[in-house]
Amino acid sequence: MSNIPEDYKYTKTHEWVKLEEDGSILVGISDHAQEALGELVFVETPDTGIEVVSGDSVAVVESVKSASDIYTPITGEIIAANEDLEATPELVNEDAYERGWIFRIQPAHMSELDELLSAEEYQAQLDEEDS
Amino acid sequence: MLIFEHSHTGRYSTAQAPHDVAETAIPKHLQRTERAGLPEVSELQAVRHYTRLSQKNFSIDTQFYPLGSCTMKYNPRACNSLAMLPEFLSRHPLAPVSHGQGFMQCMYELQEMLEDVTGMAGVTLTPMAGAQGEFAGVAMITAYHKARGDTERTQIIVPDAAHGTNPATAIMCGCEVIEIPTMKDGDVDFDALKKVVGPKTAGIMLTNPSTLGVFERRIKEIAALVHDAGGLLYYDGANLNAILGQVRPGDMGFDVIHMNLHKTFSTPHGGGGPGSGAVGVSKRLLPFMPIPFIKKNKEEGEQQYDWVTEKELPLTIGRLSAFMGNAGVNLRAYVYARMLGKEGMQRVAEFATLNANYLMKRLADAGFDLAFPERRATHEFIVTLKKQAKELNVNAMDFAKALLDEGFHAPTTYFPLLVPECLLIEPTETEAKEELDLFVDAMVNVLRNSEKDSAHVKAAPYTLPVRRLDDVRAAKQLDVRYQKGVA
Repeated sequence: MSNIPEDYKYTKTHEWVKLEEDGSILVGISDHAQEALGELVFVETPDTGIEVVSGDSVAVVESVKSASDIYTPITGEIIAANEDLEATPELVNEDAYERGWIFRIQPAHMSELDELLSAEEYQAQLDEEDS
Repeated sequence: MLIFEHSHTGRYSTAQAPHDVAETAIPKHLQRTERAGLPEVSELQAVRHYTRLSQKNFSIDTQFYPLGSCTMKYNPRACNSLAMLPEFLSRHPLAPVSHGQGFMQCMYELQEMLEDVTGMAGVTLTPMAGAQGEFAGVAMITAYHKARGDTERTQIIVPDAAHGTNPATAIMCGCEVIEIPTMKDGDVDFDALKKVVGPKTAGIMLTNPSTLGVFERRIKEIAALVHDAGGLLYYDGANLNAILGQVRPGDMGFDVIHMNLHKTFSTPHGGGGPGSGAVGVSKRLLPFMPIPFIKKNKEEGEQQYDWVTEKELPLTIGRLSAFMGNAGVNLRAYVYARMLGKEGMQRVAEFATLNANYLMKRLADAGFDLAFPERRATHEFIVTLKKQAKELNVNAMDFAKALLDEGFHAPTTYFPLLVPECLLIEPTETEAKEELDLFVDAMVNVLRNSEKDSAHVKAAPYTLPVRRLDDVRAAKQLDVRYQKGVA
């Protein structure tokens, strides 16, 4: 059973989203996603300072099995990327929801958060995929 | 043991062939001051070393090799020996055309045969590999739109089941990739396609049969939809083996196709060796074909076969390499096509699909889950080991490794990504029924062993020169240099 924290939001494409106190948003991939990919060997993080629209492919995670695009669930400006992942991409496997964050975005419309999946809804999607 | 470790200072062998070029004095300042770090071994040591290495390999000459999507068929020896005739080997690519009329005739006839079997208006043999064929194909599509002043068409539609080279090709050609989903039965999601097709559509890239091992049933509707919107259709020929001589991509409505001649037309391949990604086009793309290719003049004689260059094809997308593709691979394809003839080509597809469907049925009967149980297989099919991974903790990779101990090359694992724990199995037309039965026995054996002792299966292989490789370390810290005295 994969770990799905209650206070995060999720996407159908297995990203997680966390609203920080300063109003910025952290994005990473879910525990289920990291487990399905296997140990990561490379993470391509986005450039900071770029404006992105929700649904844009902004990062890439690569394991020995496959390379997958990471889509931003939120429109806004990328204000930081997790530079630790360059040397230690396996942080995503070890700690998907904290140290394995991929990028930080300053959202243009907070309302986009409401459109994402809750932990419960994400779990339901995983159950459906599994059936 | 590396060949360097056999080395003994001062040991050497004499040259095996006379020099065919004159020795030139190398200026003193360009000469090396130390001896090159080459292994110093006798001829016999070199022979044994490489013979042993070759024996450690899995190969089509020794084992069934059902690597899905790769078409690891037997390549008749005649293709190789005829392509190696000294008259072909010693032809210089810069020699005047009058010196190479025989070679050029063969290549011209290969172009014609490929046009015929794919239903396209023109074929060029110049791409050096499948990926370059794809590049040429999409470059022609964008050149076509540009030439018409239709500059807004920048999107290439790619189904999510496509080979990774498809979106990569679109990006290389400066296009934007629009991905569309696949439905549960393996066909492209037609409604999703309808939504994204429009004035920005440059084209769609389709593999048919798809990477899921099923034939795209609504291909004519897809072609009409994309054409009506002003886009073109690209046929990825990765799975051409399934339809060779049966249906023609040109008749399905495709505007451009690349063929992996090294796969479908018989060159030993894998490991990144030379390939040929010949490209066929419909009438409207003829002016954009990559050069050079070969034309046949009416007058017989020393110039009858000649190169088509930018002089008569000013809108060409240009050259992809110095000369016309990989001559050796194209020659093998020519010999293969000549040996098969038109009827033989039809039998390729018939037996490739018969073998795949037989194997699929037998594996299903033996208790394996098919990814698309309601669909007929094309030349390949997918088994999903989701159940085994969940219940027995033995996944597709474990199965693949255990099959090596059984004496079979593993099928393709974890591709396509859409199907969890999948084995993509392509037996090809060149395997006998007995071999397919042995493969079923091996699969059943691994399944029984997994039920009895999954830990044992998870540690396979046991009989090979190396056990499980550290894939992650190989990807992150690859270091294959030999340094004297360093293990």
